[in-house]
Amino acid sequence: MVLAFVDLDAGSLTPSATETLTLARELASTRGEPLRAMTFDDSGRHDDAPTAAELTTYGVVRWFRVAHPLLDAYSPELWGAASAQLVRTLAPSAVVASAGDRTTEVMAQTAARLDLPLAANCTTITATASGDEWRLTRVRNGGMLLEDAELVASTALFTVAAGAIEPAPASVVGDLTTETFSPVLDDTLPHARVIERTTRGDGVTLASARVVVSGGRGVGGADGFAPLEELAELVGGAVGCSRVATNNGWRPHRDQVGQTGTKVNPDLYIACGISGATQHWVGCMGAKHILAINTDPDAPLVSRATYAVIGDVGEVVPAVVAEIRRRTPSPLPLPAPGVGADGHDGDRPDL
Amino acid sequence: MRILVCVKRVPASGGAPQLNADGLDVRHLAFTVSPHEECAIEEAVRLVAEHGGSVTVLTVGPVEADEQLRYAISMGADDGVLVDTGTGELDPQATAAVIVDAVGDLETAAGPFDLMFFGNESPDAGHYQVGVRVAVATGRPMVGGVKGIEVDPGLSRVRLRRDVPAGVEVYETPLPAAVAVKEGLNLPRYPSMRGRLRARKASATVVRAAVSAGGLRKVRLRLPEEKQSETVLLGHGAAAAPAVVDVLQELEVL
Ligand SMILES: Cc1cc2nc3c(=O)[nH]c(=O)nc-3n(C[C@H](O)[C@H](O)[C@H](O)COP(=O)(O)OP(=O)(O)OC[C@H]3O[C@@H](n4cnc5c(N)ncnc54)[C@H](O)[C@@H]3O)c2cc1C
Repeated sequence: MVLAFVDLDAGSLTPSATETLTLARELASTRGEPLRAMTFDDSGRHDDAPTAAELTTYGVVRWFRVAHPLLDAYSPELWGAASAQLVRTLAPSAVVASAGDRTTEVMAQTAARLDLPLAANCTTITATASGDEWRLTRVRNGGMLLEDAELVASTALFTVAAGAIEPAPASVVGDLTTETFSPVLDDTLPHARVIERTTRGDGVTLASARVVVSGGRGVGGADGFAPLEELAELVGGAVGCSRVATNNGWRPHRDQVGQTGTKVNPDLYIACGISGATQHWVGCMGAKHILAINTDPDAPLVSRATYAVIGDVGEVVPAVVAEIRRRTPSPLPLPAPGVGADGHDGDRPDL
Repeated sequence: MRILVCVKRVPASGGAPQLNADGLDVRHLAFTVSPHEECAIEEAVRLVAEHGGSVTVLTVGPVEADEQLRYAISMGADDGVLVDTGTGELDPQATAAVIVDAVGDLETAAGPFDLMFFGNESPDAGHYQVGVRVAVATGRPMVGGVKGIEVDPGLSRVRLRRDVPAGVEVYETPLPAAVAVKEGLNLPRYPSMRGRLRARKASATVVRAAVSAGGLRKVRLRLPEEKQSETVLLGHGAAAAPAVVDVLQELEVL
């Protein structure tokens, strides 16, 4: 059997769960084994019917709901111990999960407790018809490299890189049996648990913005970001930055785009005075279009960009802002000195 | 409090990776620790300044990783331990087993660690699991992706904050515990002149370890396919502004 660890959001399959299930079903069918699903639910919801219907669509024939009073709030150790117990009981040939923070953490906990290998961030997995040998490709260096690897285990554990698989419902669906799996858990196991959760407000975030205006060393300092802020405001976008800007204290780290910052997927990424080091590139390579503004025509980001302007950010960006204002005269008032483009005081970047 | 920080020697280059038959060609590269791990060192040094104790930095890898231990010491760590496993790449089960052995020796010699810090993932291999394996093997709870740490004054518990897609989660866990941190936790210091002098004189402990392979084996590295496209040059300097705004209108972002 192949077991899919399915992450739910208020009882519904997350997009990454549909990718996971699609890949897990392919592996199960290559090996001629059934597809089963394991879920945890900390949403406090108890209507199983919609989840069951979705799992059935993706070809799951048996569903294990892991349930225990100690699992109601997320805890890496308790969820991991519970998952390890179910995996030990079922002895599947493989367990497949998405590569989210929480699913990865639970898979690592499971792997550690059972001393099984885990391949993280896979883009392809190939099952051999029998036996315990697998071939896989996984993402390395934040996406700059791919690794072909082999995994040998009685139960192979995998996480699947987001977006690597096109989700597809099963062509043939069977009947689903639902079961509650109650692990043996004990409060004395040293564990971490969530005690508080705050939800972000709406509004443009770096990760979801349609346009990101990003600045690097070439911006020259914290003050140099003012025209970038203004441009972002005019196009309804967010401001990003490179690690040089973060390290110098010009911008807060939550603005950093890249391998150890945020990965962005905007329609347009405007890179101002950013060279395009690989660790930055992997954070913005998901953009549909890139405009690089740089004094150096040979900067790697200029070569990789869709559009480029060769010049000083300090001249180009204010000129672009002025040109936008010239073309869209009325609704946007010119900012008074010391007042932000939206007419409010105090929209300076908080550093 | 005693804090252990685990770091890895990795290439610092932002240039396009060059591959050879063995994998990444590292002959001409400079090395560093991950930004995540720099934050781990910084946090450990700050916690010890506040609560007293010591910071030990541990690395598993080639003897050259001594350079990364010295960097950590120049930032304020007290001592460094290098487990020499040669230049080959270890799989995550093997790395974790080597760390677990080293932790056992260090704790036998000088008492248990209250906190163990790891980077959230290594920037090269990115297996996302070594810290968890060490934590489980040493009976410690562990939270990953952490960008905020608050140790209670009695040193018996710790609060940990992590960003999730929907917002922020706060965890609580008893000590001893393990934590995998992310850049953004703090702004790491640049080593002071005094720190650098101290690091030059410090002697890191070097031990050798036997390695037994786990179940995941790297076969080869390759470059992903990249769609090649010509860059459209919109112009030079401020004079390019009209062409830029044309593009903004074409892409319907205005
Ligand atoms: C493990 C690891 C993880 C990392 N993670 C990240 C990450 O998440 N994000 C990240 O950004 N970096 C990251 N880095 C750092 C990365 O390698 C680079 O050092 C960094 O991205 C460089 O930032 P930059 O482009 O602003 O600076 P530089 O590389 O110094 O480039 C500055 C650019 O500005 C141009 N310029 C200078 N003056 C002007 C001007 N007046 N007008 C226009 N252009 C000008 C220059 O021609 C140059 O191209 C990481 C590094 C490592 C080792």
